[in-house]
Amino acid sequence: MPADAFRRFSTRQGGVLWAPPCPRTMIRYILRRLLIMIPTLFGISIIAFIIIQLPPGDYLTTVIAQLSASGDLVEEDVIASLKAQYGLDRPMHVQYLKWISNILLRGDFGTSFEWDVAVGELIWSRLGLTVTLSVATLLFTWAVAFPVGIYAAVRQYSWGDYLFTGIGFVGLAIPNFLLALVLMYVAFKYFNQSVGGLFSPDFVEAPWTWARVQDMLGHLWVPMIILGTAGTAGLIRIMRANLLDELRKPYVKTARAKGLSELRLLLKYPVRVALNPFVSTIGLTLPILISGSAIVSVVLSLPTSGPLLLRALIAQDMYLAGSFILMLGIITVLGTLLSDLLLAWLDPRIRFDD
Amino acid sequence: MTARAMESDRQEAINVATQWQLMWWRFRKHRLAMTSLVIVILIYLVALLAEFLAPFTPDEFQADYTYAPPQRLHLFLETENGLRFQPWVHGYKVEIEEEALRRVFVPDEEVIHEIGFFVSGVPITLFGFLETDRHLVGPKDPEAPMFLFGADKLGRDMLTRMIYGTRISMSIGLVGVALSLILGILLGGLSGFLGGHVDNIIQRVIEFIRSVPTIPLWMGLAAALPTDWPPLRIYFGITVILSFIGWTELARVIRGRFLALRTEDFVVAAHLDGVGQMRIILHHMVPSFLSHIIAALTLAIPNMILAETSLSFLGLGLRPPIVSWGVLLQEAQNIRTVATAPWLFSTGGAVFIAILALNFVGDGLRDAADPYAR
Repeated sequence: MPADAFRRFSTRQGGVLWAPPCPRTMIRYILRRLLIMIPTLFGISIIAFIIIQLPPGDYLTTVIAQLSASGDLVEEDVIASLKAQYGLDRPMHVQYLKWISNILLRGDFGTSFEWDVAVGELIWSRLGLTVTLSVATLLFTWAVAFPVGIYAAVRQYSWGDYLFTGIGFVGLAIPNFLLALVLMYVAFKYFNQSVGGLFSPDFVEAPWTWARVQDMLGHLWVPMIILGTAGTAGLIRIMRANLLDELRKPYVKTARAKGLSELRLLLKYPVRVALNPFVSTIGLTLPILISGSAIVSVVLSLPTSGPLLLRALIAQDMYLAGSFILMLGIITVLGTLLSDLLLAWLDPRIRFDD
Repeated sequence: MTARAMESDRQEAINVATQWQLMWWRFRKHRLAMTSLVIVILIYLVALLAEFLAPFTPDEFQADYTYAPPQRLHLFLETENGLRFQPWVHGYKVEIEEEALRRVFVPDEEVIHEIGFFVSGVPITLFGFLETDRHLVGPKDPEAPMFLFGADKLGRDMLTRMIYGTRISMSIGLVGVALSLILGILLGGLSGFLGGHVDNIIQRVIEFIRSVPTIPLWMGLAAALPTDWPPLRIYFGITVILSFIGWTELARVIRGRFLALRTEDFVVAAHLDGVGQMRIILHHMVPSFLSHIIAALTLAIPNMILAETSLSFLGLGLRPPIVSWGVLLQEAQNIRTVATAPWLFSTGGAVFIAILALNFVGDGLRDAADPYAR
């Protein structure tokens, strides 16, 4: 790391820390990354399909079990015709090929057995809200971790540093869903308020208007804080450690000896170098956020993908569950791709690695 | 002895100390990690001695005391001879709440139930062979209610269930990590030692697994476990599912160490001396990065515990009659239940303490694993 930093600061003249990379290498890099994505996406689609095929029996078994439990006898030929209708009587790979080609060629994700509507109708708004929530959480994480990380490093071992370190460890140790439960309990008990959901009752079914967006923003902060706590804690620690490493370097002393003001001294180089993890961890943070939101959403009953996925999995509503897993995987891969590209654009050294 | 002589003695001791000694010395200086280590050991002791430590058995219920709130524990009893050390609790009496028209328990100031040590209760089997009916603490009168952490919806003691849950939740971390370790060492070791195409393929697989969002994947796999499986098999299935993703991180660490060590002088020297590959790995390379692996393992345990708790909480992981922390927290899933019986949260405290302590121990070990650093 010291050698890197030395190169950074010695080779560039006039304090230019960053110049846009040459477009040619950038395009080549993007193409390479896009190519790598294809087998990954293919793999995810197979995993999603395997998962929905894993449970013994299928949706029909569930239905038949329910019907028999309520005393109705199901006749053999009815079962057979239902099987044929859903394509459940075909071999596995035929079902997969049919499923994936319908998605790729027609954007048709199949029909949800339980809801009896096209899967597409169910998932898009929920996926959209999942992405909204994840991105909002990411921004929240940054907005908090950036100033706090700097503060904790500059005022190392002050009470503020200890306080944030303490909060950070607590944030890492509380499972998301527990934090959600505790928050709900506190809101319910002491403020007599329900913090669940993303919309007020009036707006749940309403079409998208500015008022609805505002209403959503009013609700969004609760899951945002719950989801973001652990990530913020981690990022603060990274920011603090990196900045401390930078601040010990000779160039900082030199700058101070030359009479640079403390603020300028801090923001000019050390903070910029310490900022790298913010970008480089998006690729890791995004999957965690999307994953984590699944559980938090169940607790807070948010209209994101989590609760519906859970229900679909339990009811063996296979096309719905499979499409969710597939799409969440794709969103994760795309998010990682974006963060890698952003990082390559910001830090030219990355591309030389591969 | 002069200060200088002491200093040189110390230096001498450092020079001849084994790697483990150096690590231990460094770890000992980390006060938070030391405290946490004690806590972790205590938690595992609780897991080991659950039957004896718990006042009751997890399925024992007193139907009259559903959702009984926690009792206040009094340590000293006033007698004619003055204050005497004798823990006790008040009994309960039932009142009807005017507005909501529901039963609430209030402490009955007139009734005192004494709590004794080594009292006899339901017969238990310790370590699978030691049969006894003694419990560390319990009400002296077996019929008396004692709910220090409150009771759940069937009138079962929360404290007892939490203690029993410790066994499942803490062991699932260990078993899961052991499974991940086997996979991680095997694949990470192969990847780092052989390099080339093998390395490339294994790295792509790891990248792929890491790019799939974990919890939906876990949810999918856990939902696939047949509901009619016996509890033990479900337990094992869940650990396998958790380690299926957990191994990637360990494999990455192990591969990194292998790559770094492969070109070290002592490994090259062993090669040139004609030492066999297996021996190089086991006698030369593994001992020098074992400490790192142990640190990585310790940090992986809390993640496993969290994962189990989350899955069971969603109803996809362990299910009753298994008692784990996640299963217990599942009862606190509903805000209405929680509002009337907030003590159902107490298990969350156990999760929190265990995760925090394990994290600190892992941090301390990671710092200590490199005794020559700085």
